[in-house]
Amino acid sequence: MGNGRRMERRRAVAADRVARYEQMVEIRAFEDRVQGLFAEGRVHGTTHTAQGQEAVAVGIAAAARPTDLVTCTYRGHGIGLALGMTPEVILGEIMGREIGCVGGIAGSMHLCDRELGLLPTFAIIGAGIPVAAGAALTAQVRGTDDVAIGVFGDGAANIGAFHEGLNLAAIWKLPVVFICENNQYGEYSRIDLTTPIEDLADRAASYGIPGIIVDGQDPDQTVEAVSAALDVARSGGGPTLLEMKTYRYAGHSRADKAEYRPEGEFERWYERDPINTFRARLESEGLLAAGDAEAIDGRVAARLEAALKAVEESPPATVDAMFGNIYAPV
Amino acid sequence: MVRMRMNQAVAAALGDEMREDPDVVVFGEDVAVAGGPFKTSDGLLEEFGPSRVRDTPISEMGFLGMAVGAAASGLRPVAEIMFIEFLGVALDMVVTEAGKFHFLSRGAFTCPMTVRASIGAGLGFGCQHSQTMENWMSHAPGLKMVMLSGPQSAYGLLRAAIRDPNPVVVLEPRALYGGRGQVTTGADGIIPLGEARRVREGDDVTVVSAGAMVKVALAAAEASDDWSAEVIDLQTLIPWDRDGVVSAVRRTGRLVIVEESPYTSGWGTEIAAYVGARLFGELRAPVLRITCPDVPVPFGRELEQRYMPNPGYVTDQIDQLLATGRVPDPWWVGEGRSS
Repeated sequence: MGNGRRMERRRAVAADRVARYEQMVEIRAFEDRVQGLFAEGRVHGTTHTAQGQEAVAVGIAAAARPTDLVTCTYRGHGIGLALGMTPEVILGEIMGREIGCVGGIAGSMHLCDRELGLLPTFAIIGAGIPVAAGAALTAQVRGTDDVAIGVFGDGAANIGAFHEGLNLAAIWKLPVVFICENNQYGEYSRIDLTTPIEDLADRAASYGIPGIIVDGQDPDQTVEAVSAALDVARSGGGPTLLEMKTYRYAGHSRADKAEYRPEGEFERWYERDPINTFRARLESEGLLAAGDAEAIDGRVAARLEAALKAVEESPPATVDAMFGNIYAPV
Repeated sequence: MVRMRMNQAVAAALGDEMREDPDVVVFGEDVAVAGGPFKTSDGLLEEFGPSRVRDTPISEMGFLGMAVGAAASGLRPVAEIMFIEFLGVALDMVVTEAGKFHFLSRGAFTCPMTVRASIGAGLGFGCQHSQTMENWMSHAPGLKMVMLSGPQSAYGLLRAAIRDPNPVVVLEPRALYGGRGQVTTGADGIIPLGEARRVREGDDVTVVSAGAMVKVALAAAEASDDWSAEVIDLQTLIPWDRDGVVSAVRRTGRLVIVEESPYTSGWGTEIAAYVGARLFGELRAPVLRITCPDVPVPFGRELEQRYMPNPGYVTDQIDQLLATGRVPDPWWVGEGRSS
């Protein structure tokens, strides 16, 4: 759980495609486990899982530096893990334990890790978009080469914060990359019911910035796209909007069985499952040998079991934590 | 000491903070090239340049969100909301983001941002540009909030707000911007947050007020020979000076609160409840709140003046309280309107 292990996780994802694959497997297994724990009644409250969107998470984590601040949504377990947070601090937060990344006082929607560059994740749709622009303003005023990254869902593309944030970032040419995880659903509603255009990347044109569609199911493409946009921002070229086309396998939150999905839609997307296709590619390139994928599955399962054990041994969130950080000391 | 108008004191506080700390930046609508619609940032663009002093589009949600991100990553942004009502479209950024970042990061992030907003009636702006709305922020842990009452108050509280590591909302009564007063600048002029200030000594009643009502309470107190009132400028609404107010009221035995806002759920309600509970049995009269009625701010000049507590009305209300030992009806109830 120490800083060293978190940074080591981050470095591995940045450096190595096989490590990225393992990270994606870990995210999928983690989210499945979280859903299972809720179903078993071992966790209270709500949660939002991101099975199917693993390639976006590793794309961001592999391309960004830890000093590049990230704003992220309440569907943030996967991105938190990819950025380097350990399963036990995220699971601990989800389960309201002291071991959680915020001491168990915040819950599944609110993950945070300053050293890894993760601002407190946002439970208000779209709020992180102008906040990312603000982090970019700091880099611009201070003259550092850090870049901010604002991650949000397709549902956020219709709220004012999206338009105001993109406009401000564009007029001031701020070093920020906006990443829309278009998982096809804003809460319970399919995107075509709420949005009159097919490609949200088109909206970048209104603000005079590049809008790029990215295959969000392919971790090689997400890494490449985020890296390129970060390079532009770092060198003074201003913001980019990346639309990552992806798919949310689960419902909006734990109570949602996603029965509104058209028949066959999930199956069509699953044919291009980001983990299965990446595994096949790595095998064909000889980077995964026979038995390697199974060994990864086994390692991940053991890691998650150890994390769950650590969380269950951790005491519940404390009253001290509840009162501890209302005001920063003057 | 320098004699200046309150809007000049605001600009002086901004300038002094910007000179001392390169992380202080100022942005908002028309604050840079125009020097602010109320001239509260006059001269800053010329001195500090376009990187630190910026005009924003009309995008309160956007630029307050930027203030949150900038503050969390190391700057000390000061964002101006031209009229407090415009904060309504951006309240999430203050109440739900800025006020929670420290809590949600277990102390890892702070959010040292200042939101300045002009407030209040008296200048004929109509009901969508004349409210005070302090209770939008007073029920949201994690924020601090001050209300300015004149040039020194503006200089001292604003500098303290910018230096504070937490998000602070600074409410600036628009009707006071043009008022002049002597101002102590520099470090000696800074007013600590959380402390009320006694602006007049008195023995029979403690009058707690804030913002534009401090002057009204003072004038009301000066007008009476029958009783002597201690007048307190609360200065910081959140967290308010509980000990200071309780010890003052313990001495006089009577509490009157003068507020420029509707009767229901004003900031004075909290003070009345707290002091009433703490000093039950020691008070010589029930707590009296003197407020505006529960109506939108009217436009017509005479009506707008009637809407707000004025010195004559405050004196009369206190006269009745001391004569009868009972809380008098507000004027509108006296005229048969519902409370």
